[in-house]
Amino acid sequence: MLKYANPTYFLRLTAAVLPWLWGAAGLTLGLGLYMTFAVAPADYQQGETVRIMYIHVPAAWLSMFAYTVMTLSALGTLVWRHPLADASQQAAAPLGAGFTFICLVTGSLWGKPMWGTWWVWDARLTSVLVLFLIYLGLIALWNTIEEPLKAARAAAILTLVGVVNIPIIKFSVDWWNTLHQPASVLRMGGPAIHPTMLWPLLVMALGASLLFVCLHLMAIRNEILRRRLRRLSYLAAEAADHGLEPPVEAGA
Amino acid sequence: MRALAALFRRELRLSNRAGGGGAMGVVFFLILVTITPFAIGPDLNLLARIGPAILWIAALLSTLLGLDRLFMSDHEDGSLDLLEMSDAPMELVVLVKCLAHWAVTGLPLVVATPLFGLMLALEGDALWGVAASLAAGTPALTFIGAIGAALTVSLRRGGLLMAILVLPFTVPVLIFGVSAASAASGGTVPFLTPFLILCALSLGSMALAPFAAAAALRSGD
Repeated sequence: MLKYANPTYFLRLTAAVLPWLWGAAGLTLGLGLYMTFAVAPADYQQGETVRIMYIHVPAAWLSMFAYTVMTLSALGTLVWRHPLADASQQAAAPLGAGFTFICLVTGSLWGKPMWGTWWVWDARLTSVLVLFLIYLGLIALWNTIEEPLKAARAAAILTLVGVVNIPIIKFSVDWWNTLHQPASVLRMGGPAIHPTMLWPLLVMALGASLLFVCLHLMAIRNEILRRRLRRLSYLAAEAADHGLEPPVEAGA
Repeated sequence: MRALAALFRRELRLSNRAGGGGAMGVVFFLILVTITPFAIGPDLNLLARIGPAILWIAALLSTLLGLDRLFMSDHEDGSLDLLEMSDAPMELVVLVKCLAHWAVTGLPLVVATPLFGLMLALEGDALWGVAASLAAGTPALTFIGAIGAALTVSLRRGGLLMAILVLPFTVPVLIFGVSAASAASGGTVPFLTPFLILCALSLGSMALAPFAAAAALRSGD
């Protein structure tokens, strides 16, 4: 485990794995989109708009998955002070915000024909909006604190505080009986969704997860390189500083 | 224990002296309550209906306004470092500072609420309902806000960032605070249900937030 956590080894490993992951993500997403638009049937009530589900639901799952990844990385930052965990936290925040945004937008587009409104202040919608705001706050925190180590620890604390929202999102549809439908895939007693719709959804979810993993790994790689560059430019500036200074002994 | 009591007294004294600005929160609260009728019109029935919500939002914003002073001035003059080096654990120091901060910023709001409620055409039960819900809920706002204040303490212009970080977490307090206040003036929900949840939020944040805030303060150096 420690071996994989070495940034240099991590860079080498991900460089070898990433092309395969990208290929898998592309294939799965392609298959998923084909199933979404060509194989899956239209709903007897919702008609063609049900196809929004195949984007909306995976994005919603990933918005929470990204936060979970961020939480585990935050533990890595606070407990082991590992630079890779810092980079993983920082990389997951914009991705999570992006997936949450997709989830909110597709949900809104789906809500207009189905519920007759773009937005309702329903418990599920509101808690996902709060998740989006937390992501934005975390990104703002990362951008404001200049020093990466400090920023990582501050963001880790805020991430751990924000975890309370995740169970609220998950169970909001069970605790409060509101407009958003309750869980129909991950629930006790098996999925309440027909296999012809479940399979495209699962393929899309797998494809979106692979996409997330690829983007996340690439963002971590970029962050590692950015930090090395930062360090090198400091060293270069220091060297230049010393080079320019007149030697003290010469005058004495 | 004596050190913590001394710290509590110090905080109260500092906030009452020049540069403390303890009363500023109430003045800001009054101004917010005053400008709202200008924005939505002086219809007394409408004001009475949304009065509890106005008072809660005003309380939320004026609590937020005072929060940047919670650790900032101590950080600037170095006394925060001394507190960190003292025998008292940082979590308790944060707890005491928050309690003192609430006593000078939150408590005056609660006391002023019945008066300001009259300006919003609230009556009898509604008035006391809002005051009680604010008394039970504003400690949660202070403690949740302390996390944001601790995270942004070393930033030169952290005020806006702190608002962005803190406000999403105050949503539950606002929900149950307003629903308790509205329940007091009649409604389908009994007053006690949201009120007890509000008390639970305050006590829970009082128990947990000092750990997060103390960790944030330690990570700042």
